[in-house]
Amino acid sequence: MAHGHHTSGHSTQVQPRDPAKIKHLLVVTGILAFLTGIEFLLAFTMPRGVVLTSAFVLLTFVKTFYIVGEFMHLKYEVKMLIWTIVLPPLFIIWLITALLIESNYILDAIRAIFG
Amino acid sequence: MATVVIDEKENKNIWAGAAEPFKASYGKLMMWFFLLSDTLSFSGLLITYGFARFDHEAYRGAVEAFKASTQYWPIPEKVFTHIPFFHINAPLVFVGLMTFILILSSVTMVLAVEAGHRNDRQDVQKWMLWTILGGIAFLSCQAWEWSVFITGTPEGLTVNDPDGTVRLIHGANLIQNEYGPRLFADLFFFITGFHGTHVFSGVIINIFVFYSATVGKFDKIGSYEMIEKVGLYWHFVDLVWVFVFTFFYLV
Repeated sequence: MAHGHHTSGHSTQVQPRDPAKIKHLLVVTGILAFLTGIEFLLAFTMPRGVVLTSAFVLLTFVKTFYIVGEFMHLKYEVKMLIWTIVLPPLFIIWLITALLIESNYILDAIRAIFG
Repeated sequence: MATVVIDEKENKNIWAGAAEPFKASYGKLMMWFFLLSDTLSFSGLLITYGFARFDHEAYRGAVEAFKASTQYWPIPEKVFTHIPFFHINAPLVFVGLMTFILILSSVTMVLAVEAGHRNDRQDVQKWMLWTILGGIAFLSCQAWEWSVFITGTPEGLTVNDPDGTVRLIHGANLIQNEYGPRLFADLFFFITGFHGTHVFSGVIINIFVFYSATVGKFDKIGSYEMIEKVGLYWHFVDLVWVFVFTFFYLV
């Protein structure tokens, strides 16, 4: 690959493509596309309810694992960095759960007060 | 910049400074922490959506018989049914296309990062350009989605005001919503708008980085790590869309 002039001292030698790495990325892409396809399928075939929502949440987490772990390379980073990023969202998950339960109580209260 | 190799035997306490305990450069680490804080922002918005959604009545009936009303939360696949150029009922097709475009642009971004690791300027340029195009395509789709949402359907919704007047409203804005409760429209605009702003700023940054790569800046400094940092931001934007898409359109 032709490379123009570069300042002395910097060796920016172009390395050839690694087909194994590219293949791995395409496999992950395929997995993401497949999971999204399943989500669409479920959205159109299953009735709405807790089971469907749980399925969506689960599939979204699997997709998150692939995007953050592979595309953003977090799986290959130092363990401490992985935990630094993963731990706060675990607290967010607690917050989600708590607020979803709360909102049901609020709905009951609205029904009870306003009829 | 280039990472410093730490000799653990020499530097026993890697937390004492002048070292990289996470083996990541300052810029990369700060980008991760920024993304963490942005996660909190988006989580707040999406949790608000979940909260609002579940403290409204849900539609209980056959999906086919769904009619919009301010009394219950709408079914998204009955609201988002349009695709450009064709006047057919295509529930969630367009948003699926948007998701596909954004995920593809994320893949091209990963390929750009991979090319950066190999100091391959030509490949970096190529993949960054595709990523930028993907981002612009996504923004255009989102703009079209908004315009359809705001314009509304010809049938509209008949609204009874508290003072007795009966109006026929079309479309949705921050004040009235043809599709259901007002909060549905408010949150739709806010969440997709906030995300769209992130995509837009990401596209601008990507254009800058593409330009820098093209004029040979990264060759000169000897590292393509900027591509990686910008790639982290772009993947984050994609990830947020995955969540928004799941919780807004599917649940």
